[in-house]
Amino acid sequence: MSEYLKVTNISKSFGKFQALKEASFSVNEGELVCILGPSGCGKTTLLRVIAGLEEQSSGQIVQKGVTISDLPPDQRDFGIVFQSYALFPNLSVRNNITFGLQTRKQDASTMEARLNELLSLIGLESHKNKFPAQLSGGEQQRVALARALAPSPGLLLLDEPLSALDAKVRQFLRLEIKNLQKKLGVTTIMVTHDQEEALSMADRIILMNKGVIEQIGTPHELYSKPNTSFAADFIGKTNIIHASKVSDSKVNMLGKEFECNEPIPQSQVTIAIRPEDIKITQNPNDANTVQGKIIEIEFLGSYSIGQVEVSFDNQKENLICHLPIDNNEASNLAKNSQINFTLSSNSLKIVT
Amino acid sequence: MKKSRDDYLTIFFIGIAALYILASLALPMYAILSKSIENKDGLFIGLTNYKYYFSNPSLFYSIYNSLFVSIITTVISVTLSFLFAYALTRSCMAAKPFFRSIAMIPILLPSLLAGIALIYLFGNQGVFKELLMGKSIYGPIGIVIAEVFYTFPHALLIIITALSIADARLYEAAKVLRASPLRTFFTVTVPSAKYGIMSACFVVFTLVITDFGIPKVVGGQYNVLAIDVYKQVIGQQNFEMGAVVSVVLLVPALLAFIVDRIVQKKQVSILTARSVVYEPKPNKTFDMIMFAYCSLIALLILTVVGMCLYASLIKFWPYNLSLSLKNYQFDLMDGGGWDSYYNSIKMASYTALFGTIIVFTSAYFIEKARSFRGARTMMHLLSMMPMAIPGMVLGLAYIFFFNSLSNPLNFLYGSMAILVICTITHFYTVSHLTALTALKQIDNEFESVSSSLKQPFYKMFFSVTVPISLPAIFEIGIYFFVNAMTTVSAVVFIYGPKTTLASVAVLNMDDAGDIAPAAAMGMMIFYTNAAVRIVYVLVTKKILVHFQQWRHKV
Repeated sequence: MSEYLKVTNISKSFGKFQALKEASFSVNEGELVCILGPSGCGKTTLLRVIAGLEEQSSGQIVQKGVTISDLPPDQRDFGIVFQSYALFPNLSVRNNITFGLQTRKQDASTMEARLNELLSLIGLESHKNKFPAQLSGGEQQRVALARALAPSPGLLLLDEPLSALDAKVRQFLRLEIKNLQKKLGVTTIMVTHDQEEALSMADRIILMNKGVIEQIGTPHELYSKPNTSFAADFIGKTNIIHASKVSDSKVNMLGKEFECNEPIPQSQVTIAIRPEDIKITQNPNDANTVQGKIIEIEFLGSYSIGQVEVSFDNQKENLICHLPIDNNEASNLAKNSQINFTLSSNSLKIVT
Repeated sequence: MKKSRDDYLTIFFIGIAALYILASLALPMYAILSKSIENKDGLFIGLTNYKYYFSNPSLFYSIYNSLFVSIITTVISVTLSFLFAYALTRSCMAAKPFFRSIAMIPILLPSLLAGIALIYLFGNQGVFKELLMGKSIYGPIGIVIAEVFYTFPHALLIIITALSIADARLYEAAKVLRASPLRTFFTVTVPSAKYGIMSACFVVFTLVITDFGIPKVVGGQYNVLAIDVYKQVIGQQNFEMGAVVSVVLLVPALLAFIVDRIVQKKQVSILTARSVVYEPKPNKTFDMIMFAYCSLIALLILTVVGMCLYASLIKFWPYNLSLSLKNYQFDLMDGGGWDSYYNSIKMASYTALFGTIIVFTSAYFIEKARSFRGARTMMHLLSMMPMAIPGMVLGLAYIFFFNSLSNPLNFLYGSMAILVICTITHFYTVSHLTALTALKQIDNEFESVSSSLKQPFYKMFFSVTVPISLPAIFEIGIYFFVNAMTTVSAVVFIYGPKTTLASVAVLNMDDAGDIAPAAAMGMMIFYTNAAVRIVYVLVTKKILVHFQQWRHKV
């Protein structure tokens, strides 16, 4: 795969506030990359800089070998869908989609053909003459997508495209957009604060926090090998525990020694453990096993989330873990019961 | 970043707008300020003119008079309009739309007409002269009554807006906590309308202190600042002293404006997306009281208009009460005759057309342009300025600026164009705010979408922004038209022999003692404005609905 977009050391300040600090990454042709992060992390600013809607304070952007960072938006090659969709309310679906096609070069029949192609792509052929207010949120979203795709841009930018929709529609459209993107092969950058959305749609995720890129990787990499405690905590639920190094393969935490498969870089480390990696065991003498008391149980249907309190050396540490559900309600674990659980050596992830 | 074609167009338009503001506002104001520190030969004499002014008790006393009538009027007008607005928004009385329309009538009349009506009602040969118990209507009493009539709808509109943004949840909370109606009124209603009330006070105060028509007609020997400007300039041809009084008049207007801006900034939006709109519940006694009150006010308003209508239609008050149209034979009197009326229509139409174009386009660049933040903020501040400048001051400033032989724009002097420019500037701020409010409701990303689709901004402007904003655009046009028909203060200094205006004709005929024809001309202005207003309502109802289909869900 060839590199389509290269972003190098982009910084952006608004007055004294630095929204972006030296952001660098690249996007391959045909790839769907999600910029993920909490609100205010600079992800939308980054997208707007790529679009030319904000001017970077420093840094460079190269698209298909051409430096675009000094070009105004109308001289860059991209289509964009905003969170609000920004559909023109007084124009019909048809006129919204053809808005970017009405140039001198296009003759009417080519335009009509392109319109019909896009309409069938988004499955809204019968809504051609409706106004945006007469469409559902999901339909509006697809019209916005078709309008952005109409001039066949090389790069598609999506700014929180699904956040205005309710949960069911959102889930459906996730797949739709992903399939559409793969079908057209258009390089896409999507901004979202929803980790599930990013995990399910992205080829790669760029995780941002406070204007800095924390980690770049495939969804699986980010989930299973978070580099930082922020990454571990933001993507999925996680337990963050402070530990000290005992030997090259052992740490001390929760008042006990634990085997750890990852290299331990320094004497004090931070360890992330996913709740689903905490396994209940009957045998307190198993390796990497510790005892705790369930102080809270939250029933979620297919499983429960338990809060387990581990007491050691006059300290207490709370861990969250997944508890299995038994069909027989009476045989489930109860609040205040003591359990033993194992933190397997390869579930201990060392983060910074 | 490199400039795009849109950027160059933006620079071009902002540049033109800046030049326009410079010529229509900044330079004239500079001219009047510098005139006030010059002698008759145009030499700089420092504050000598001001020393003379403040040592002259008869001139100086006008400041006191102006403040006195302005404050009294503000208290009365805001109280009356608050009660009226309260009835319209918080009661279930009948005929609300009727009362609302009646209350808006004074906006359609030149302010002078209220004064003329008072002369017929309470003047030396007035119908209800006895009610004054020997006091004369000429003077502060007449001024205050007429000013209350004139300012009532202005205050009412602001307070209605303030009262209609009530959050029903607060009232429910008060009820659940068992607060008495009176306590609820003072702890919920008044605080949430506080800024609206304050704003109404500033608007009324400024309108009164800068008004010239009413004191001219019913002021008698009671001098106020606006009258002094007129007397110095028209009566004594003392332009320097006129400039001095103008600057003095500018001070309270400017102060009221600044304080109002500060107060408005403090207002945080109390109406959030979660607010529930307050729906008044029927309460027989309360609704009856409110109905009675509104009927009384409506009756008073109709009496004033009815009196003028009657006066304009009878032969010779109070001796020959038979009906005739002789008072409408304007060509037989001073004041420019029917030509004045046609000139006014022309002037108002041009003002509405060009004013709307200038205001809306400038507001668009101020609100939606992608770059040039500094220039845009500057333009916005300048667009807010006209609100603080009394019409008299603006008119006088135009004389000084445009009548100067060294000014290349001198050719405009005495033309229709200068009247139009002056009137647009005079009523710029309110129109600007209307346009800005409408534009702020439009998604800011439209411009981004348009440029990502490689379309020039003007395509978006004409095919999306303008159609969406049509209601606001019509509103601005009507506002310009109605005000251009009624305004006297700014244009009284700059009309020429060929550009006499109806509103000025009312003034001049009244001055010459032709009060009945003055009333008739005033009524012509009223008929025209009312007709335009009615046509506007029909247009919005029929045609606009057709063009605004997209707003509806079906």
